[in-house]
Amino acid sequence: MSEAVIRALTVPTGPRPVPSPDDARRVTDPLTDRDFQLALWMLYELHYRGFDGIDPDLEWDPLLIAARRPMEAALEAAVRELAAVDDEPTTAKEVATALTRMTNGCGAGELATFLGRHATKTQFREYLAERAVYHLHESDPQSFVLPRIDGPAKVALAELQYDEYGSGRPDRIHAGLYAKALTSLGIPTDLLTHVDRAEATTLASVNTMSLFALNRRLRGAALGHLAAFEATSSLPCAAIAEGARRLGLPPEVADYYDEHVEADAVHEQLAIRDICGALVENEPALGADVVLGAAACLAVDGLAADVLLDRWRDLRSAAS
Amino acid sequence: MTGDGRVTVQLCPGGPMLLRGADEVVADDGTVHPVGRPVVALCRCRRSQRMPWCDNSHKARRTDRADRADRPERSDEN
Ligand code: FES
Ligand SMILES: [Fe+2]
Ligand SMILES: [Fe+2]
Repeated sequence: MSEAVIRALTVPTGPRPVPSPDDARRVTDPLTDRDFQLALWMLYELHYRGFDGIDPDLEWDPLLIAARRPMEAALEAAVRELAAVDDEPTTAKEVATALTRMTNGCGAGELATFLGRHATKTQFREYLAERAVYHLHESDPQSFVLPRIDGPAKVALAELQYDEYGSGRPDRIHAGLYAKALTSLGIPTDLLTHVDRAEATTLASVNTMSLFALNRRLRGAALGHLAAFEATSSLPCAAIAEGARRLGLPPEVADYYDEHVEADAVHEQLAIRDICGALVENEPALGADVVLGAAACLAVDGLAADVLLDRWRDLRSAAS
Repeated sequence: MTGDGRVTVQLCPGGPMLLRGADEVVADDGTVHPVGRPVVALCRCRRSQRMPWCDNSHKARRTDRADRADRPERSDEN
């Protein structure tokens, strides 16, 4: 499917073959299928930065949009299956309780703990390169939600995004801090380099955010996802910052994670209470989607973390 | 910071205190911490490793203990 998308992007005149609905339906496990995720990632990327040398008009090319729909349906079905939840909070208080319950026990998590205590420099670099697929575009998906909501939830999301985008300081944009961390280690900051090598599950993690953010219908899920992401970030970031110091990596690396220990302790509260709480207060029917989004974040990102841990575990058992 | 000179405080159940619109926070020991973001979270549980800011240690302690009780450390696994 990714080959077909590349062809459709690079031969943009007249009718072109694009991935068919059958192609999308034939994918048995969308979350772990790299070809599928890569194809969808490219289609989504047209809405973010696009690609050098690719016609920007293709963003709304009917053929590509038509090809994307069944792929999105396949991803959404897989995410819903993995993240099955039957909670339907309908008030701000119930939403806060549900989100807090879902995220409170997560701690630093196995992956961050491993990076903090045991990872080698090579493994740490691999982690940074893998996660670059998200962090080089950090917070951009959620910006698509701003014009789709109103009132206090919108104000709170704008406040959170302002902080993600550097709180008025271009040199503190989070995506930029991540790029500085990569550069300090001689890792390229060109997104495509990392996408080319990324695991299916890493691409799935980013595509899930785009799925929620680019479909207005799923705005509740986008914000629930954001809440779970922020609420499970501070403690892992503290562990990863420790790992960077343990390995004697340049200060730019720990700087990115230290910034997130403090920032995400704030963002968690904003996202759970002021964003998701206010959203559901305003649109009670979105409560179930908020919980779905949060569960999707935990499940899909958990899958992506397990893939990395397994890779390193296999390496260790092969070496011993 | 909020533009209209308003400073507000919001208490989060079981968590920090959100402070909006402040220019600086003076810690227990008199250290002045400039505020660099529109909202900051001040630790109320006194367990933070980064006082005066909340670093989510208010959750970690419970989790850490549970972790230790029912799972060996990763380093023990190899
Ligand atoms: S209130 Fe969060 S660490 Fe103390
Ligand atoms: Fe961030
Ligand atoms: Fe954040």
